[in-house]
Amino acid sequence: MAKFEEGLRYSESHEYIRVEGEYGYIGISDYAQHALGNVVYVDMPEVDDEVTAGEEFGAVESVKAASDLISPVSGTVVEVNEALEDTPELLNEDAFANWIIKVQLSDPSELESLMDVEAYKAHCNE
Amino acid sequence: MNRTLYGNLIFELSKKGRKGYSLPQDYDRTHTTAELPEALRRKEAARLPECDELTVVRHYTNLSHNNFGVNDGFYPLGSCTMKYNPVINEEIAGMKAFAGLHPLQPAVTCQGALEVYYNLQESLAELAGLSEFTLNPCAGAHGELTGLMVIRAYHESRGDVRTKVLIPDSAHGTNPASAAVCGLEVVEVKSNANGTVDLEDLERLVQLEGPNIAAMMMTNPNTLGIFEPRVLEITEMVHKAGGLMYYDGANLNALLGECRPGDMGFDVMHINLHKTFSTPHGGGGPGSGPVGVRKGLEQFLPTPRVKKVVVNYDIPEDGPTEWEGFIIDWGADSSLGSVGNFFGNFGVMLKAYAYILSLGSENIKQVGPLATLNANYIKESLRDSYLLPIKGLCKHEVVFDGLVDKSTGVTTMDVAKRLLDYGYHAPTIYFPLLFHESLMIEPTENESKETIDAFIDVMHKIAEEAKTDPELVKTAPHNTPIGRVDDVLAAKQPVTTYWKALEN
Repeated sequence: MAKFEEGLRYSESHEYIRVEGEYGYIGISDYAQHALGNVVYVDMPEVDDEVTAGEEFGAVESVKAASDLISPVSGTVVEVNEALEDTPELLNEDAFANWIIKVQLSDPSELESLMDVEAYKAHCNE
Repeated sequence: MNRTLYGNLIFELSKKGRKGYSLPQDYDRTHTTAELPEALRRKEAARLPECDELTVVRHYTNLSHNNFGVNDGFYPLGSCTMKYNPVINEEIAGMKAFAGLHPLQPAVTCQGALEVYYNLQESLAELAGLSEFTLNPCAGAHGELTGLMVIRAYHESRGDVRTKVLIPDSAHGTNPASAAVCGLEVVEVKSNANGTVDLEDLERLVQLEGPNIAAMMMTNPNTLGIFEPRVLEITEMVHKAGGLMYYDGANLNALLGECRPGDMGFDVMHINLHKTFSTPHGGGGPGSGPVGVRKGLEQFLPTPRVKKVVVNYDIPEDGPTEWEGFIIDWGADSSLGSVGNFFGNFGVMLKAYAYILSLGSENIKQVGPLATLNANYIKESLRDSYLLPIKGLCKHEVVFDGLVDKSTGVTTMDVAKRLLDYGYHAPTIYFPLLFHESLMIEPTENESKETIDAFIDVMHKIAEEAKTDPELVKTAPHNTPIGRVDDVLAAKQPVTTYWKALEN
C-alpha cells in the first residue's frame, strides 16, 4: 500500500512539495513511484533553470513508462538531487526522502491551490 | 538439436583462423581503404567472429527456433494488429518481375509495377473515403510525420502560422513525437470516464488556442478500443477553429469495410499496411505508412508520385495513336518533395495489394466486424477474472486493468510472462497509460473460435494460479529458452557488444 506523508502539498499529477521558508523540495509521491514501478532514469533540469506551475520540468522513466514531471509551483531551481543520476531507484526506496529538485519559490500563493494529504489520499482513491 | 553448443553466442563459437569462404587470388583490389581519409580508417582490424559455414548455419537455425511469430501461434499483441500474412502475398512479392526492379529504370519498362502502385493508391483512397494517397512513407510514424508536414504546408500556403496540435491523453506515443519532430507543439486533451475524448475539455482548448491550432490527431477507435461516438462533433469543432483533422490509422482494422475516416471529417491520415493489410511486421520492419488526403490537399503530397495518363501522338505512317499508361511525376512546386528513398517499401505494397484483391470488395467488409466480434467475445469471457475498467462494447481490442483479485500481488507483467509458458505471445502490457495495470488484447479477425477458446481457458487458469500458487506466476516464464529477464538491469546498464561484456 502506498504511504502518504503529512505536512506536504500535493498536485493532481502526483508531485509533492515540502516547503521550508522560501524554498520548496519537489519530488514524486509514494503512490506515484508505486504506479511507475522500477525507476531506471530521472531527467532533471539544471540549477538556475526556471520552472512554471503546471508545466513540465523533467521526466521519470521506469520499466513500464516514461512520465513527465509537472512542477507544482513556479520558481528557480537552486539544487538538483544528483544522487538520482546514478541511483534513480532511490525514488522506489523512499520517494519522500529523495526529493528531485529544490526550488526558490517566486509565488508562494500558488501553494494554496495544491492538495493537503487528506485531499490527496482521496484523489488517489478516486 | 544441440542448444548447449550451437545456442552459444557466435563469438563463443569462434575459432581463430576458421572461415567459410575463399576469395579468388586475383580479386579486384583497385579500391582499398587507403583511399579513405585518415579519420575514417580503422586503427585495428574489426573483431569479427571466425566460424565455418556449418557452425554458422546451425547457430542461426538454433536461434530461429527461439522466435515466436504469427505462424507459430496466437499473437494477441494489442494495438499491433498481428494478422496472418497469407502465403500468396509472399509469392507475389517474390516474383522476379517485381523483385528485380530498379528504382531508376524508365517508367516505360516497369508499367506493371507502376500500375500496382497506382491501383493500391486508388483502393486505399476508396477504403478511406479520401481523395489521393502517397505510398512513399516507410512506416506508421513516418506516415504521421509526412501527414503533419502536409498539414503544415497547407497552413503555410495560406500564410497562416499555426503551431499547436491537439492530442488526446490516450493517444499512441508516436503522435506527440511526430508533432514534435515536425516542429509543432503538443496540447493534451483529457479523456472522460468512458475513455473517450472529453468534449468539454476540447471546447475549452479550442477557445483557448483557436487560431493557433494546426491540427488535432486522433485514432478511432481510440487506444482503449472504444469508438469515439461524438467524432463528428469533434471534427466540426476543430474545423471551425481552422484546424485540420489527422487520423492515426493504427486502429483502422476495426472499421475496415464498415465506415471511413474521410466520412467522419478527417482531412489527412496514414494507414499501416503492415497492420490492416496483413503484411508481416515486428523486429523493426519493413513497414509501410501510406498517407491520404482529402480533396484540395493533393498538391502537398510528397514526390515521386505515380499518375495515370492518356497520351495522344501522331505516328507518320500509323496516324493518331492513343497511349494509356503510368508515369512518374516528380512533382508540383507545392509538394513536400521526397520523404524517403524513391517509392518506399514496394515489396510491402505488393503484399497489401494481393491481400485486398484476395479478399475482394465483399469479403473485406467482414474484416472489421469479425475483429470486433472476436475482441468482444474475449472481453465478456474474461471479465470475471480480469478487471474491465471500461464496460460496454469495444471494437477490435480490449483493455483490462490487471487481475480482479490483486491480493497476492500478481501483476500484469507476471500474467504476460506466464502466458509464454503456455505457448502464447504476450498481449501488450502497461499501455495505454490511463490504467496502472493495462493488459491489451487484440485477437484480429483471423482466429478460429477454437483458438480463442483455448486462450481464454489459459487466461482463466493463470488467474486461478495467481490465487493458489502466486510464486509460480511471479517467477514465470519456466518453459522458455531463458527465464525472467532483469529488465531494470537491461535498462540501466545495457551491454550491446560482446567484447565490452567481457571487459566488464
